[in-house]
Amino acid sequence: MIATNSIRIGAGAGFAGDRIEPAIELVEQGNLDFLVFECLAERTIALAQAAMLAEPDKGYDPLLLERMRRVAPLAQQRGVRIITNAGAANPLGAAQAVAKLAREQGLAPLRIAAVLGDDVLSLVQDSNYPLVDRDGTCRDLPNTLSANAYLGAGPIAQALSQGADIVITGRVGDPALFIGPMLHAFGWSLDDADMIGRATVIGHLLECAGQLCGGYFADEGRKSVPDLARLGFPLAEIAADGTALLTKVSGSGGRISLATCKEQLLYEILDPKAYYQADVIADFSTVRFEERGVDHVAVSGGSGREPSGLLKVSIGYDDGFIGEGQIAYAGPGAVARARIATDVVRERLAIIGAPVCDVTAEIIGVDAIDRTGTGGTPREVRARVVGRAATRAAAEQIGAEVEALYTNGPFGGGGVTRSVRKIVAVASTLIPAKLAQPRIILVEA
Amino acid sequence: MLLGDIAHVRTGDKGDISQISVIVYDSVDYDILRERVTVGRVLAHFKNLEVRVAHRYEMNEIGALNFVLEGALKGGVTRALALDAHGKTLGAQLLDMDIGAQERV
Repeated sequence: MIATNSIRIGAGAGFAGDRIEPAIELVEQGNLDFLVFECLAERTIALAQAAMLAEPDKGYDPLLLERMRRVAPLAQQRGVRIITNAGAANPLGAAQAVAKLAREQGLAPLRIAAVLGDDVLSLVQDSNYPLVDRDGTCRDLPNTLSANAYLGAGPIAQALSQGADIVITGRVGDPALFIGPMLHAFGWSLDDADMIGRATVIGHLLECAGQLCGGYFADEGRKSVPDLARLGFPLAEIAADGTALLTKVSGSGGRISLATCKEQLLYEILDPKAYYQADVIADFSTVRFEERGVDHVAVSGGSGREPSGLLKVSIGYDDGFIGEGQIAYAGPGAVARARIATDVVRERLAIIGAPVCDVTAEIIGVDAIDRTGTGGTPREVRARVVGRAATRAAAEQIGAEVEALYTNGPFGGGGVTRSVRKIVAVASTLIPAKLAQPRIILVEA
Repeated sequence: MLLGDIAHVRTGDKGDISQISVIVYDSVDYDILRERVTVGRVLAHFKNLEVRVAHRYEMNEIGALNFVLEGALKGGVTRALALDAHGKTLGAQLLDMDIGAQERV
């Protein structure tokens, strides 16, 4: 714990492939204490686990070292400590790789903490824990690849208190990446549910980085965002009472407004009075925003109840293959010819007895994503056929039948694309929180 | 009057659930939003969207409704066959929903 009145935390990445320049801008001009990189999507760990089978020293976010190469020296110069979940399936391997890089860059001494303990595969695999939002239990999932519990902020705060300059985790709740440094700086107790609820609000607002600054917001008319190509990432100046001022580096692109903050507050929230996290059940219904000037929004309110005692676990499993083919049509009658094309492909797959299932056909431009049933008659469309298969070879047959439309289908098709994707799907379960045992390993550079 | 005249939307996903927030630009329009943008109206607008169960949560402090559409994503982003497996494009489709005459209640 470092007794202090306020801290500044920047959000340096909102997804694994996020831009690196905004993080550099934050470190150089944001007067930060902490910088967070949120880099794990739902199935990233399962994919990383698969990568580790081939190369045991991998299994962490492939962009991690590039981020660190460009950001860590600047962060060290300015005393900014970094927290990231980019450890994915191998936080310790990630910490060792970052330490090696730091030595090469002349940054030693540098202390890197790996937070372990989210991997609960051995507990969950073939268990009777019921799946969330679908029938069955964990043992019903074929070929389970990974199972990772969403850990809380405690181990991150602990790693910081042990002097870590960089903290690398696997799966933790995204807000926990931000709550960790708040716990560390302010000495809050995890038992103070209201305070942890407010910290969760702040973490949640920051975790998607650019989205708070007008990313994913712009629309014609009332939702203009200046200089979107130079979108800045957000930072919060957080006070010891759990209130914060949200802003970004002066001169960066984007906009932080009441509207961007409100959109981000509810983003991926179900019941706003019950946002389940490892450390708290947060209530967002009492959150207030107040504009304090251009790109300056104050946030206050929010509360919490004690956590459920259960941890969410994401389970990655092998779900076979998805095969897909697309072909374009234009001019008068384009939609009708696209319908003929999809009908032919469906019938062909039946005639040749392709071992595929859930075959779906749609017309991009009419009904592929529109769900209102009001699509018109565009002059150009793409016919799309997609389905599942147990093997790559079977999945290939869908695209092959679409490609065959070139010489065997209706008039005027062009621009065929075909693909086969191996699918790592994700299911969820809940386990008693006490079964996950977080631990910290320090690696010195 | 269309929904997009008084409100903006953001769509998110969680597993097989699509979540759409609808937020008024001006708090004076929140009562209209609350009265006219019901679960029934939203589901009727999404004529071709299969939903297992739908909830609407009210956020009075910020003037927003949060729609939670369970089962809307055909298995969710990691396994859905849809072109937009996240359902990210759903919310924008609500913007031209007719919400009746402009008089304020």
